[in-house]
Order: sequence, then structure tokens, then C-alpha cells
Amino acid sequence: MLRLPAFQLLRPATVAEATRMLAELGPEAAPLAGGTDLLPKMKRRQLQPRYLVSLRGLRELRGWSGSPEQGLVLRAGCTLAEVAAQPAVRSAYRALAQAVAVCSNPILHRMGTLGGNLCLDTRCNYYDQTEHWREAVGWCMKAPGPHSPQEVPCRVAPGGGRCWAVSAGDGAPALIALGAKVRLVGARGERVLPLEDLYRDDGIRYLDKSPDELVVEVLLPPADGLRSTYRKVRRRGSLDFAALGVAAAVRQDPDGTVASCRLVLGGVASRPLVLEEAASLVVGRRLEGEVLEQVSQAVHRAVHPMDNTDFTVLYRRRTAPVHVRRALEALAS
Amino acid sequence: MERVVRLRVNGQEHRVLVPPHRTLLEVLREDLGLVGTKHGCELGECGICTVLVDGEPALSCLLLAQELEGHEVTTVEGLATDGQLHPVQQAFVDSGALQCGYCTPAMVLVTKALLDRVPEPSGEQVREAVAGVFCRCTGYVKILEAVQAAARRLRETGRPSGCGS
Repeated sequence: MLRLPAFQLLRPATVAEATRMLAELGPEAAPLAGGTDLLPKMKRRQLQPRYLVSLRGLRELRGWSGSPEQGLVLRAGCTLAEVAAQPAVRSAYRALAQAVAVCSNPILHRMGTLGGNLCLDTRCNYYDQTEHWREAVGWCMKAPGPHSPQEVPCRVAPGGGRCWAVSAGDGAPALIALGAKVRLVGARGERVLPLEDLYRDDGIRYLDKSPDELVVEVLLPPADGLRSTYRKVRRRGSLDFAALGVAAAVRQDPDGTVASCRLVLGGVASRPLVLEEAASLVVGRRLEGEVLEQVSQAVHRAVHPMDNTDFTVLYRRRTAPVHVRRALEALAS
Repeated sequence: MERVVRLRVNGQEHRVLVPPHRTLLEVLREDLGLVGTKHGCELGECGICTVLVDGEPALSCLLLAQELEGHEVTTVEGLATDGQLHPVQQAFVDSGALQCGYCTPAMVLVTKALLDRVPEPSGEQVREAVAGVFCRCTGYVKILEAVQAAARRLRETGRPSGCGS
């Protein structure tokens, strides 16, 4: 039996109490929501917090409000199944509905939360292994075992001086494409920031927030004619993380001319990759023929995956433009 | 910190002394002797340890026993009544929907949860419902047949599939 290491379980009654606990306990504490990412990582000793602050009982983190016309607020404790079933998400924010529907599998949908999905740990073939496996290869920078991170190289790019673990969540690319913001609450107050600014291009410090800050809400802007879609490449039709995630959102004039476009990839970098150049190419034009070819070329130039997830690097680099193109074609028709 | 937790399993209340890091799977198998719930990857990937929490499938390897007070847990042992197999179990037997049998408790429970919600599921709904449980013998065709056979049986007999809980 693969068992959890010992820890103390704290059960705050409010978000304010949770953030106070996290601030007082510092880096030795971790928030526990659905547990579908954190607990397996603790069993494999990738993460070993001494305190878990359970968010499961916090009513403040449940439910949603608003509408596609006013903008939708999804609280972070919603399960992925609740988000996927939410009528406004299904009708007006399709990329999000599709992304959470293909995230993991139906059992984990009911356990995992929206906030947990956005804070998903980065992934790597050298990191997501048992303790014995990682010890046998000499550990890695992200989980250096008995060493300090400076003493152990990244096993993917040993000379690079940084960790290349990959952001593989499905919710983040979709929500960034939809223009979502997040509300963070910490012991010293709260702030709202565009979701893309939550992420850093670093496999170890992949979230730009302090340990006591919790993602409490996702704020979606009014849908206002936005059409969106999400595609996912993975080995199996269930469970697997994204080897590639593609989120696309466009606003079109009645004649099909694109007024605005957002393209975001998951599974190719340490943070969701916003494709600004590729997206700008379609603005003022229709989603067809030569434009899509130019987009494909721009995507190919922008995507540089490392050899640390499922599938070969060559396949992942070549498949990204194909799936961006298919996403845009789906939105054009 | 260890504490006494009141767990409601298959309609019976149990008082168990558990530390925070003990999972529901460990408590079911090792404290309560309910070894019908199998352990597979124990990392939330294979679905073999599925139980029902308040009627919905959940992975017992990723649930902390201390967090389950006030919830109703159903394991495969809770399905049969008076020595009579639950119609879903009987359908699995009649359809030969098992090879090694290791995933069967989980398959039976996700089927029960599906049919409680959707008495007449489409093929797609059935495939989605069992997508979280891996059968490594790959005997999926018989399993899908068993789910539809169970659905027919429950509709014909009108027997509520919520028995045993």
C-alpha cells in the first residue's frame, strides 16, 4: 500500500481563517481542496507539507453568480463536474465547458475543484515518479530529495539552470482565452489579476502568488458574442493530462471578419502559452485559406516543447499548428 | 492528530480511531475488514478503489477518513440484500462481465450510480460512466453489455437500485 506521509490536518471555518493559518505556518503548509493532485504527490513524496489546511468545508468557496450578459463568477471550490454542468458555462463559455469535460475522468471531475485545477502543479517525466525512481536517477531540481535545488540539475536540460516542468492543466488555457480574471485572498488582503498573470515561466515557482494566497473566484467577462473552443491531445481518451491543449476564442462580425482572437496552448511550456502573434494574424480577416496557413506557421515558430512529457518533441511541435488550425476552422463554421 | 471518527458505511455507523493521513481505502480494508474495495495504483489513476460517497463515485485512495464524517459511504459489500445479489451484480454475473474480477467492485458501483441517475442510459453515457475505472483484462465489451442488461432488469422489475443503503 502506497501511504501518505504523516501531517496535521487543519479545518478552518472561513477563508480568512485559512489564509491566516497558511501565513503563520509558511511553506510547510499546503491548502487541500479536491486532493486529486496534492495527495498522489504526497504519496510519492514529491511534496511533503507538514500541515494541510482543508478548504473542503468552506461554503464561501462554493457556487456561482452572474450571467453571460453581466459576466459570470465561478467560485474556486466548485468541482469540475459542477463547472461543466453550469448552464451559462455550457452556452456562452464553451471552451471552459469542453476543457473541464475532458480533464482527467468522470470520477475525478466530481472530486477536483476549479481552483485546484488552476493551481495544478507542473508536470515532468522526471518529477512525476515514485521516490525510488527519482532517487535512482539522482533526483531533479524540482524535487531535489536530500539536496538543495542548486545542487541538482534539471534532468531535461541539465545546463539550463532552470526547471522546465510543464503546465498541463486544461482549465487555465481555456479561461485565459476567454479573458478570465482571478480573485486571490491572502492574509494581507485581496487582489484581482488577469489569469495569465498568475503563471510564471518557471517549473518550480509556477504561480505568481504568496503561499498564503488562495484563488477564491474566477471572473469571466460578459460573453458578448465570444465563440470559443478547446481541443486536447493525449494518449488515451480518458484520464491523461494534456500533451497539448489548445484554447481558441474569437469575436466575429456578421460577415465572418474576426474582430478579436485569443489563442492559448497548454502542455508546451511551464505556463500556459499565449500566442499573441498567431492570434493577431487573423484580426480583420476571415478564418480561411491563406490566413490559417500563416497562423500555422506562426504557431510552429512559437512552440518549443522540451522532451519531458508523453509523445516525442517532434510530434508535439508539429501537432500544435494542426490543432490550432482545427480549432479556428471549428469556430469559422 | 489521531481522533475518533464516526464513519457511516453501508448503513452502519463505525467509530474508528484514525490519524489524518489515513485514507478511506486504508480504513475500509484494514480497520473495517471490508476488502471488497480493492487497491490498485493508489494515486487516483486507475479507479479500482472507487466507492460511493453520498451516492456518487469517489476514489477512496484520495479521501481522508477524517473528512468523511457526516457522509454516507457505500462499498460493494453494501449492495446485496438478504443474500440476494443486487440486480447490477447479477447482471455482471449473467453477462460474464469479468475476467480477473479485480475491477468488478468498482465497475458495479459506478454502474449503480449511473443507473440511479439515468435509468435508460445511452451507449455514450455508459462509456463515460465507466471511463474512470480501468479494466486491465480489457474486457470492456462484456462490461458495457452488463450495464445495459442491469438497466433493463431494473426498469422491468421496478426494483429501486438504492437497496442496501
